[in-house]
Amino acid sequence: MERVVEVIREKGASTALIIGFFVFWELFCLMANISDILLPRPTQIIAALIKFWPAIWPHTYQTLYTTLVGFSIGVVIGLLLGILIGSSKLAYDTAYPLLVGFSSIPKVAVVPIFVLWYGAGTVPAILTAMIICIFPIVVNVATGIATVEPELEDVMKTLKASKLDILWNVSLPRSMPYFFAALKVAITLAFVGSVVAETVASNRGIGNMMMIASSSFNVPLVFAGLFVLAGLGVALYVLFSLIEYRVTGWAHRKTDLAAT
Amino acid sequence: MNAHDGQTGSASPGALAPTFIEFENASITYGRGERAVQALAPTSLKVSEGDFVALVGPSGCGKSTILKMVGELLKPSSGHVFVSGREIGAKAIRIGMAYQNPTLLPWLNIRDNVMLPLKIVPPFRQEFRSKRKGEFRDRVDALLTQVGLAGFGEKYPFQLSGGMMQRANLCRALVHDPDLLLLDEPFGALDQFTREELWAIMQDLWLSKKLTVLLVTHDLREAAYLANRICVMSSRPGRILDDQIVDLKRPRNIDMTFQPDFVALNQRLRAMIVGARGGTGIVNHAPGTA
Ligand SMILES: Nc1ncnc2c1ncn2[C@@H]1O[C@H](COP(=O)(O)OP(=O)(O)OP(=O)(O)O)[C@@H](O)[C@H]1O
Ligand SMILES: [Mg+2]
Repeated sequence: MERVVEVIREKGASTALIIGFFVFWELFCLMANISDILLPRPTQIIAALIKFWPAIWPHTYQTLYTTLVGFSIGVVIGLLLGILIGSSKLAYDTAYPLLVGFSSIPKVAVVPIFVLWYGAGTVPAILTAMIICIFPIVVNVATGIATVEPELEDVMKTLKASKLDILWNVSLPRSMPYFFAALKVAITLAFVGSVVAETVASNRGIGNMMMIASSSFNVPLVFAGLFVLAGLGVALYVLFSLIEYRVTGWAHRKTDLAAT
Repeated sequence: MNAHDGQTGSASPGALAPTFIEFENASITYGRGERAVQALAPTSLKVSEGDFVALVGPSGCGKSTILKMVGELLKPSSGHVFVSGREIGAKAIRIGMAYQNPTLLPWLNIRDNVMLPLKIVPPFRQEFRSKRKGEFRDRVDALLTQVGLAGFGEKYPFQLSGGMMQRANLCRALVHDPDLLLLDEPFGALDQFTREELWAIMQDLWLSKKLTVLLVTHDLREAAYLANRICVMSSRPGRILDDQIVDLKRPRNIDMTFQPDFVALNQRLRAMIVGARGGTGIVNHAPGTA
């Protein structure tokens, strides 16, 4: 019972904050008499969203597609690299500096290179989304794998467990909470990557749509694009949170008990 | 024939049973060059099959290092270590190991945690898929019952107390019928009463199975209660200063630990370790030393 009250209070507060934010925005624009060329009101944005939906949908689909494909490839590569780096000291020492170097390059800067190689369009967006989400996954998975208790490793080694046995039975499950924490960061980053690439070099996608809308001063449509992106980001974040809870519930059980 | 099959009489099978573990001037040096630290001076030691040997000594003297060598986690820097008659790595014997830290896997329930070695060690490994729900499950449950954890198989580690986790840890070290059990302060973090209860359980397990045990402990009562032999080590670099036979009949019980001969043994051991800690490494061998 207490738990239910707790949930209502938590969720209630955040819902109220979100609603309050939009109400404030609406009222602020009305009172200060701000033109919709500068900052449209939420109601105008929703109206634009409905009005232009048939035009927005293909762009939404395109962005979702590039983001998810890039993200999936990024997750696979990140997971494999993370396992490699986390389970071998040599790989850690050799590959880590390179990885840090790569990750500190602003990802926007690589878009022109991808365009040079593959031409404008879908591929650069996918690659940018992919490259931007690799790093957090590698770092988290490597940390989870490298921090297995030495005593546990000793126990496994005296059982003559192979590296693969240890990886499969101990290191990988153990790194899952780290992995999912990284996934939630990575999915939002992947959107950043694909939208940036679309903005710079594509004729499809939400990013491209926003560019065109802004050059024709259709500001409500620009903001409608933002709303779509926020909605997609939140939806995927929630999806991964749910999967995380199912897969790595063991890491949360303690706090669960404390809350009941 | 196992010498401790007979539950009374002399506790030491040493004279009869073949040698199971042999250290031949084995030493360990950690690090290299200027930073090299000799943790263990060249040491020779023989442990017979089925024996129960305790290692005691000041902190940092190399007790865990010895266990790691026997468990094939470390190779000696010099000398040789033979287990089961061959140099380490040569023949596959089954080893169980338990540390003070229970290191149960938080995502598995207690039964699956205890079953883990069966998933890895041959010949169980090959049959794991077919027997995990049947024979292996019964085997684990029987073991859990033996250590007082009946009915806790479905629970997760975080639902157990420290003492209960340590019992499960002991089960995990024993489930694959090891020939050799390595215990590194397994009861160190427990309260006095749980610890004494686990001594009795440990003794029963050892009496009922055919296995050799090496136990590292800081608790001299524990060493004297459980072991047939107690090796006292000097401070670093570790050497074996003294090798005491504990000549008390089995099964032992807590009352015996208050008897004069038990107390006297404890005092002798204590005096030796105090001497070793003093850094001189010179110990007056007390009268009655075997
Ligand atoms: N990996 C290592 N690298 C360098 N030195 C080490 C390493 N492991 C242990 N040592 C050193 O070797 C010595 C013996 O260590 P060991 O762990 O065997 O001691 P111990 O007898 O088990 O001590 P304790 O009773 O405190 O557990 C210690 O002085 C320690 O500093
Ligand atoms: Mg130790």
